[in-house]
Amino acid sequence: MKTCLVVDDSRVIRKVSRRILEDLGFEVAEASDGVEAMAWCSAVMPDAILLDWRMPAMDGMEFLRRLRAEPGGARPKVIFCTVENEIDQIREALDAGADEFIMKPFDGGIVAGKLAYLGVAA
Amino acid sequence: MIAPSDLTFVAALCLARAGLKVNTDKAYLIDSRLAPVARREGYDSPEDFITALRNRGDARQAWAAVEAMVLPEPEFFRDRALFDALADRVMPDLAHARGGEPVRVWSAACGTGQEVYSLAMRLAEAPALAGQVDLFASDLSERSLEKAQAGLYSQFEVQRGLSARNLVRHFEKSGEAFVLSPRIRQMVRWRRVNLMDDLTRLGQFDLLLCRGLLGQLAPEAREKVLAQLQGALAPGGRLVLGLKDVAGDRFDRLAPELGLHGAPGEAVRSAA
Repeated sequence: MKTCLVVDDSRVIRKVSRRILEDLGFEVAEASDGVEAMAWCSAVMPDAILLDWRMPAMDGMEFLRRLRAEPGGARPKVIFCTVENEIDQIREALDAGADEFIMKPFDGGIVAGKLAYLGVAA
Repeated sequence: MIAPSDLTFVAALCLARAGLKVNTDKAYLIDSRLAPVARREGYDSPEDFITALRNRGDARQAWAAVEAMVLPEPEFFRDRALFDALADRVMPDLAHARGGEPVRVWSAACGTGQEVYSLAMRLAEAPALAGQVDLFASDLSERSLEKAQAGLYSQFEVQRGLSARNLVRHFEKSGEAFVLSPRIRQMVRWRRVNLMDDLTRLGQFDLLLCRGLLGQLAPEAREKVLAQLQGALAPGGRLVLGLKDVAGDRFDRLAPELGLHGAPGEAVRSAA
C-alpha cells in the first residue's frame, strides 16, 4: 500500500485530506508542522506528501528544502496544498523542488487528479 | 456551500432518475451546476432550490436538476494519453501527409475551451509543428464561447487536469481568476456552430474532435451529427470521439483506448 503524509497545522484539513486519500487507497500519516514531518520522513519516507505552506515551528518551504537534502528525500512526490495562490508563489514552490501545487479550497477530484498526473496511484 | 445532506439528496436523485453517479465530494461542482437552474426556476440559491425539490417533489424541476448534473465536467487534458498521441504522432503524421499545407483541426462542441487549449499548449512546446496547424473551435453556446475566448478560468477550473507547471507557464492571475496567455489564446479561432446545421461552409478538417457530445444526444440526432462529421472529415483525416461513444459503421476505430477513428477501410489500405 502506498503511503501519503499529510502535513498541515489545521486538524480539520488533515481530517478532510485523510478521508480523500484513504478513499483513494492510501495509507495516511499526519504531521502538524515541518518538524513533525521531518521526524516521520527520517523514520520512513512516504510515497507522497501533501504539504501546507504556512505552519508554526517549520513551514512547508523550509521542510521541503530540508527533505530534498536528506538521503532518499528526492523520492517522495511533494504536493503543496495551501491557500497561497499567486503564480510567483507556485513558481517558487516548483523551483524549490515541489512536484505539484494545490490551491485551497480543494476537493477529492483535484487531489486524485494531481496524484494520477504524478504517477502515484495507490 | 450546500449542506452534505442536500448533496446526498441530489446524488440519490440523479442515481434514481438517470443512473448517474454524482460524487458528493465535489460540492463546488454541484453548486455551480445547480446555481443557474435555481436562478432560472426563481430561487435565490441552490440550497433553496434543493429544499423545494425535497418538499414539493416537482417532477419537471427534478429533471432540470438531473440534466444540469449530466454534463461532463470540463477538464484540461482529459484522457491525457490522447493529447500525447495527438501531439507526438497523429498531428506530425497529418502534417507530413499534407506536405506543407496547414493541418486543419476542429474541436467541435468545445464548451469552455479546455480541450482546444490543451492542444494549443502541447503545440506551443513544438513550434515547428504549431506553425503547420490551424486550430478551430466551436460550440452551440455563445456563453461558453465567450468564456473560452476570454481564456478566464476559476481557481477550481485551472486545477482540473492542468499541471502546476502548465499553470505557471501559460496563465496569469486576474483578480481571483486565472487568465490564459494571449500567445495561447491567439492560436485558436472560434465560431458558433450548431452541428445539426449545414456544415459544408466550414470546409473539411484533418483532425476533428467531438468527445463530449454524442452521449448527450437522442439516437436520431447522434446519427445526424455522425453523418455531418463524416462529411467534414478530409480524406485521410482523423476523428476523435469520447471513449464511450459508438461511431457505428461510418468510421473505423483505429485506437479504441484513445477514441481515435478514421474513414472506413482506410486503415487497411494504409497498412497494405
